[in-house]
Amino acid sequence: MPLSPMDTAAAKTPVGMAKRIRGLSDRTIAWIFVAPTIFLLLAVNIFPLIWTIRLSFTNFRVNRPNKDVDWVGLSNYKRILSDPDVWNTMQATAHFLIWTIALQVLIGFALAFLINKKFRGNDMWTTIIVFPMMLSPAVVGNFWTFLYQPQIGLFNYVVAFFTGADPASFSMIGDVHLAPWAIVIADTWMWTPFVMLICLAGLRSIPDSIYEAAECDRASKWRQFWTLTIPMALPFLMLAVLFRGIENFKMFDLVVQLTGGGPGNTTTLTSIDLKREAFEKWRTGYSSAYAVILFVTVFGLASIYVKALNKVKER
Amino acid sequence: MSFSVTEPAKGTKWIAGFLVISYACITLVPLLWIIATGFKSPADSIAYPPVVLFEPSVEGYVNLFTERTRATPEMLEAAGPADTWYDEIVRERGTIISGPSRYGERFLNSVIIGFGSTLLCMILGTMAAYAFSRFKVPLKDDLLFFILSTRMMPPIAVAIPIFLMFRNLGLNDTHLGMILLYTAVNLSLSVWLLKGFIDEIPIEYEEAALIDGYTRFQAFYKVVLPQAATGIASTAIFCLIFAWNEYAFAVLLTSGTAQTAPPFIPTIIGVSGKDWPAVAAGATIFLVPVMVFTILLRKHLLRGITFGAVRK
Repeated sequence: MPLSPMDTAAAKTPVGMAKRIRGLSDRTIAWIFVAPTIFLLLAVNIFPLIWTIRLSFTNFRVNRPNKDVDWVGLSNYKRILSDPDVWNTMQATAHFLIWTIALQVLIGFALAFLINKKFRGNDMWTTIIVFPMMLSPAVVGNFWTFLYQPQIGLFNYVVAFFTGADPASFSMIGDVHLAPWAIVIADTWMWTPFVMLICLAGLRSIPDSIYEAAECDRASKWRQFWTLTIPMALPFLMLAVLFRGIENFKMFDLVVQLTGGGPGNTTTLTSIDLKREAFEKWRTGYSSAYAVILFVTVFGLASIYVKALNKVKER
Repeated sequence: MSFSVTEPAKGTKWIAGFLVISYACITLVPLLWIIATGFKSPADSIAYPPVVLFEPSVEGYVNLFTERTRATPEMLEAAGPADTWYDEIVRERGTIISGPSRYGERFLNSVIIGFGSTLLCMILGTMAAYAFSRFKVPLKDDLLFFILSTRMMPPIAVAIPIFLMFRNLGLNDTHLGMILLYTAVNLSLSVWLLKGFIDEIPIEYEEAALIDGYTRFQAFYKVVLPQAATGIASTAIFCLIFAWNEYAFAVLLTSGTAQTAPPFIPTIIGVSGKDWPAVAAGATIFLVPVMVFTILLRKHLLRGITFGAVRK
């Protein structure tokens, strides 16, 4: 029998070692394969999380390492939850979350529905529509400030062209009433394709035979849409909402580059506020408690939502 | 031609196509505007009304890669004639080149950290995914959920202790630190995606290999790895894109030697105020590779963005 390259390679391995490797049980191999991943995640995720929880009960400040660290119990948590600024931040985040999700689901589903009509070249156009989502939010967000410039910005020019308003008369990122919408528009531009892709998968998963049966029963297109298309695509829609919800609750890069949280505090989302507390005011203990509250909120909301999602899937 | 009730009518297709293509064109405008602005002269870039047709100029690219200082006519005289074409462009603006800019370094940092973390992530991820897919790992579902849940944490929330930890270990603002961090961030994605891809490979192939006398390790890299190559490649591109685009950790944990391009590009300024053509040029060089990758990935996009939850 001719020697395979594998055998020649194996022949070079010292007998003792080869025996040891060959002799490993599946269980040992499983552990060898999984351990590095688990170890790295423990070191970079769980260990810091536990550290954050510990710090949240202290008045530690990174910029004053020589000061005594006092155990302050729950007072950080009490201060955060009774701070009106934090609640304003939460409101800004809620506004951002609700509107981005609503717009993205609406436009994303409409696009998926249209693409599913299988016109010629739909694959190519789908890929083109996906571009914004894959790009760096910070770099793109920074460029959106250019589009939003009063007078010279392309966005202002286009709006002025269609409404007849003076393009220098409004500033999307300088006006307290417009800034929250400026971030919603940029985020919707960027992430609608995400919802679209998931909805498209949902629509494509519906077998043709169901529509054929409905057609035989003389169900109108309108009725087919509401009683077949929507319910069958619903689990996918809900999944898209879950992903966007978690991502936008964590939103930092796009918005910080676009508005930096301003003007005033109108677009200060929770992550931006947390970054200020932790890395500009250096209130480490306080911001750790803040981080814990945010994490518990995301985790809690996501778990409730996943339960609801599973119920919908079972139906 | 067979008649099907589910095949949309011709008119419907036309309308759907028209609407989708209109949306695509509108959504492309900001991206095309970035690319166009990179080739505009500073005056054209801030002209009102915005100019669509303009004389292309590489000034933005020259400014992106150079540091310049304002020069008096005497200084320009003393410096003698321009040696190179880019020198000439700079001097026309009454400035002289004082050295290269940091953009090249920052871009290189992005490349090193992006590829480094992707490589490490793929090695660890493939191994873990294989084990989760083929072996009875105790607490498998809990471990998999734990791996996924690490993705839910806002990066800022764990940034404080990571910042402290890195400072104690001397990893702040180093390539190694960022590579390890991005590897950990991307591991959840790579394990979940790769597990899905490996699950799809029939286990019979390996069993046959084992019967033929292969060891588990041989079966893994002679049978499973080649079969999973497409999946591994697309997962790797996803990891690369995420590391490439990441901003929050980069801006908090790097400032100099290991700073990547995303925190750097927004800070580019010219001799007098914000130099938009240079920013756009920097963004173009940074974004176009990702667009190319997106085209390569198009078959697996959905899987990647949903952590393998949705497969076509």
